[in-house]
Amino acid sequence: MTSRTFSALTIRNVHKSFGAVGVLKGIDLEAQPGEFIALVGPSGCGKSTLLAMIAGLESISSGEIWIGDRLVNSVPPKDRDIAMVFQSYALYPTMTVRENITFGMESRGVPKAEQADAVKRVAALLQIEPLLNRKPGQLSGGQRQRVAMGRALVRDPKLFLFDEPLSNLDAKLRVDMRTEIKKLHNRVGKTTVYVTHDQVEAMTLASRIAVMHQGSVQQFDAAQTIYSRPANMFVAGFMGSPAMNFIPAELSDGEGRAAVTIRTVNGGSAALPLAQALPTRAPKNVVLGVRPEHIYRFSDDLRQRKPGLAAVQAPVDLVEPTGAETLAVLRFGDLEVTGRFDPDTAPRVGETMTLGIDMARACLFDPATQSLL
Amino acid sequence: MAEQAAALLFDAEAAAASRRHFWTRFAIYGVLTFFAAIYLVPLLVVVFNSFREQEEIARNGLISLPQTFRLDAWRDAWSSYCIAGTCEGMKRNFFNSLWMTIPATIISTLLGAINGYVLSKWRFKGSEVLFTCMLLGVFMPGQIALMPWAFVLGKLGLTNSTYGLILVHVIQGISFTTLFCRNYYLGIPDDLIKAARIDGAGFWRIFRKIILPLSPPILIVTVIWQFTGIWNEYLFGVVFTSGQQQPITAALVALTASGTTARAYDVMSASVLIGALPPLLIYLLGGKYFVRGLTQGAIK
Repeated sequence: MTSRTFSALTIRNVHKSFGAVGVLKGIDLEAQPGEFIALVGPSGCGKSTLLAMIAGLESISSGEIWIGDRLVNSVPPKDRDIAMVFQSYALYPTMTVRENITFGMESRGVPKAEQADAVKRVAALLQIEPLLNRKPGQLSGGQRQRVAMGRALVRDPKLFLFDEPLSNLDAKLRVDMRTEIKKLHNRVGKTTVYVTHDQVEAMTLASRIAVMHQGSVQQFDAAQTIYSRPANMFVAGFMGSPAMNFIPAELSDGEGRAAVTIRTVNGGSAALPLAQALPTRAPKNVVLGVRPEHIYRFSDDLRQRKPGLAAVQAPVDLVEPTGAETLAVLRFGDLEVTGRFDPDTAPRVGETMTLGIDMARACLFDPATQSLL
Repeated sequence: MAEQAAALLFDAEAAAASRRHFWTRFAIYGVLTFFAAIYLVPLLVVVFNSFREQEEIARNGLISLPQTFRLDAWRDAWSSYCIAGTCEGMKRNFFNSLWMTIPATIISTLLGAINGYVLSKWRFKGSEVLFTCMLLGVFMPGQIALMPWAFVLGKLGLTNSTYGLILVHVIQGISFTTLFCRNYYLGIPDDLIKAARIDGAGFWRIFRKIILPLSPPILIVTVIWQFTGIWNEYLFGVVFTSGQQQPITAALVALTASGTTARAYDVMSASVLIGALPPLLIYLLGGKYFVRGLTQGAIK
């Protein structure tokens, strides 16, 4: 046991209920030292509650939370060696920025000289030196955000907790601060747990993402794995925008090669050969999951490059150019499917186009269990 | 050019609207002035009478413009007028009231702030029930508590003492001060408390460093409310104290009752004004905050 290295954070079978209502139903997670973990999910999935439990602000109904080699279930927040950035920033309104940053050290009786050094270091890191004597009310949203991070950074804690820190910022600032948080994490290298409802934030920042829904972790994996091999239809639908298309399909094993048959317009159907071998014990009816960017305008030389490409015809209902790319709503039977095209090959409304679906990237789901086949 | 032409045109509709506007304003101000007069005239009468000579009041009646001006009535009322056989004026009762009102106001406000802090930021099982029970005190008239208080003060040996009245007013006031502070503190984001807890601050440190610095608006409201309420309170004062221990409200009534000869309207007027000055002063100093504090909900 002595040789065992501890994770920075270990969560084992954690439950939380408020009265009879179960909010968290058996959460298992761990974070390696220096890792950036994102907890992502729709509102009400329990991600903020879980973060509050890691912080010690909420009690744990059952299970264990370890920070490093210490079981912290009944340790008060101040003794957990954590720092937290809140969605509302939670800056103390009557104190100056400097007092906000030193409040924690003051509470812990850190000598004044040491406090001053720490403030200097953090203020330089976040470029907030000119703001130190201002009150939070005199700061812009982005500046408040920086101060809130400064208050967390000054502690040099074992664990950083972020609770939707960017959701109060406007769109442009949010992207800037996102980059900044990433840079900061690269520089400081502290273990971080980051709660967000924004899947783009989760994808861009985290090394691993835990997708939560209805009080349980649906999938906990590297960002790219979550995106390309989602464990179930919820994860597949939640991660990615526009969302993955779900197309009801029928498995067929004819001609020695497995294929799925989907409905096309005018009552027709098309058989799309699968790129991989058919999973064993697959049901006859499945759901084909295709991300919008895996739908192309079919051409022979594209097929040369992408051997998994399967051709299907579909009329174009609607076209939405966004500049960098063009989204198109395509009709498959009575289903609407979104495709994401390069503006050069973008479809026109009313056109019936031949699409190439990259079957190597497609996912198959069991409609009964909703999980990946 | 076009603008000048437009300005010269007579806009009948706009003129009618502005006329209507004028008459509406006129009516509103007229009504308001009338009601303000109803409130202010009695005050004016008392102020005048406190400076008039007794003979002049007897000659010209209570309500009339002053023809003489002297301060004798104020001096008498303050230090030498006889109430129930003691000729010391209102001075002693005034200070009784002051030494009762100031501590009672401070203690009840502080307790209300602490209660409000606990009931809004450190809720526990049953804290809502507790708060509801405390709220009952807001709706309970003081006379209901008269008998129990007589019993309690008797047991504590605090009858006929300012300390007894301080105790009564602190307890009677707590439901109000708690209600004020709790509702105000609900507007302080819980995240501040959470952040402070992570920062290592405990119950009292959070109260002193975060809650109290945010509290001046509500504390001013509470202090004005408590000060005027306790200062003007009569029932407990008259029941639980007598003679030299009475607060000024009780003494004022004793003053009117003690007249065996002709009523000294000049001294009575001055006494009433002496009794009314402290709450007026408090309101003048803090009234601005009082109105602001009552309307201000959350802290941004």
